[in-house]
Amino acid sequence: MSQPRLSAVLGTALAALLLAGVMIVAAGLGDAPRQMHFDARLTPPSTDFWFGTDALGRDMAARTLAGLTLSFWVGSLAALFGTLIALGMALTAMLGPRWDALVSLAIDTLLSVPHLLLLLMIAFTLGGGTHAVIIAVALSHWPRLARVLRAELLHLRQAPYVQISQALGKSRGFIVRYHWMPQVLPQCLVGALLLFPHAVLHEAALSFLGVGLSAEQPAIGVLLGESMRHVSGGDWWLGVFPGAGLLLMVLCIQRLGETLRRAWSTS
Amino acid sequence: MPVIRLLSVRLLRMALVLLCVAGLTFGLMLASPIDPIDAYLGPQIAQASAEQRELIAARWGFDQPPLMQFGHWLGQLASGELGWSHVYNQPVSEVITQRFQGSLALLGLAWLLSALLGFALGVLAGVREQSSLDRVISGYAYITAATPAFWLAMLGLLLFSVTLGWTPVCCAGPSGSLRDEVSLVTRLHHLALPVATLTLLSTAPITLHTRARMRELMASPVATQAFAQGASRWEVAWRHGARHACLPAITLACASLGELFGGVMLIEQVFAYPGLGRATVEAALRSDVPLLMAIALFTALLVSLGNATADGLYRLIDPRLRRQG
Repeated sequence: MSQPRLSAVLGTALAALLLAGVMIVAAGLGDAPRQMHFDARLTPPSTDFWFGTDALGRDMAARTLAGLTLSFWVGSLAALFGTLIALGMALTAMLGPRWDALVSLAIDTLLSVPHLLLLLMIAFTLGGGTHAVIIAVALSHWPRLARVLRAELLHLRQAPYVQISQALGKSRGFIVRYHWMPQVLPQCLVGALLLFPHAVLHEAALSFLGVGLSAEQPAIGVLLGESMRHVSGGDWWLGVFPGAGLLLMVLCIQRLGETLRRAWSTS
Repeated sequence: MPVIRLLSVRLLRMALVLLCVAGLTFGLMLASPIDPIDAYLGPQIAQASAEQRELIAARWGFDQPPLMQFGHWLGQLASGELGWSHVYNQPVSEVITQRFQGSLALLGLAWLLSALLGFALGVLAGVREQSSLDRVISGYAYITAATPAFWLAMLGLLLFSVTLGWTPVCCAGPSGSLRDEVSLVTRLHHLALPVATLTLLSTAPITLHTRARMRELMASPVATQAFAQGASRWEVAWRHGARHACLPAITLACASLGELFGGVMLIEQVFAYPGLGRATVEAALRSDVPLLMAIALFTALLVSLGNATADGLYRLIDPRLRRQG
């Protein structure tokens, strides 16, 4: 570890490559995740089927890759929307003390319901499915980031250089464009990347509980939920590989987020 | 009396937040595709005519504006009437009391163990930055933070229950036996794996936070002074570090109840453990609206109490804050 910069670059490049590799391979799969091989049902991992096959003879390797891609897109959309909501709420809090109190109340309310329960209720209200999961994750994950952004904006408003800029007669638009944005945008991006692992894990948990993505989609949560039925039979490959894939993907994204946070942190 | 004023402000704030949670749950359930009249009718849905449905709506107040319904519901809540759970065929309050007793052991044990383990690991890792011990512990923390809870539970089930046969496969006691007949040892035997999984998964935040605080302290003038006087790293860690880092650890542990309840929901689902978490999932899957709403309020109360405790303990333990009053 005598070369922290080099190892950080290498680690980040490896994480990015791994993610890109999964996306590219999954895009070339075509219909493989849904294809059934009735002569090879519930086969353990072999050279033909690297991750084995499930009860309908579907290739688990293909299903895992497809599931990871699906989780990735659901997670990124949810993290994106969550960040936008957080930014909007933080800006709303800047409008005045009353708005600030309202935003704080909303944050406190959402934070006092356990995350997964809130997700469950929103998904229940929306009736499940991909869009319901994305909306539920976005709606329940913004408060923490909003709190950080609000503190940052409050701090920024009192910063001497912003006040000097105001005193010199610069317009509100100028201050927002040249003083707020350069500070807040990196925070938003890093916040989104750090939000992503939570979003992906909660999406999988929701699907696992049976309220998220529908059962015919090859999502990681659905795959793990299915494998629960075969646990007592000892068919370990059904659960081990999709979960390990998800763990690896989350670790990769954490790595990217951590690198960006270090590269952009002002302190 | 600043203490009493502070306390009453806190309580008022908590009540306001709980009211908002009630409003949120009510709004969500109102917007959900579940028709309360259909849910009330159940299998007799085909026999009811349109006029009968209108009568039912008038009888239960479904024809009133949402705000009136909300007020009515709040009034019922205040008098302790939580409604009827059609999944368990019991009053909701009874379901929650029974199920929470099941979850309490799981939640409490995992909470206590994860706080202690997380703090100990954090202190150990923070003593010497970049040592091999630090690397192992922070690696563990980063990996568990990224692990899906239900996946780890499933791996534990596969390894210890199915392959090795050390722990039971499901439930809180042997199947077919009544709750009161199960001995304490059997109960602990059934609890071991769920508690272990939940503990392993919820240590990470406390470990990482404590580690950061310890590193901060080890670079501070206090530590430099102690080193200059000849103290070893471990002495400094024990005398100054543990005190310095215990406050945020306590706050974090109290504030982590919400996250922990999410874990309980997943773990109970995997181990088929009859607790509140499983009741929540059942309620959502089988559209038991009164139960779901009551559980949401109940857990919100739990989390708010956790946060309030964290805040209160902070004031009690930290002498600097106590002096200010």
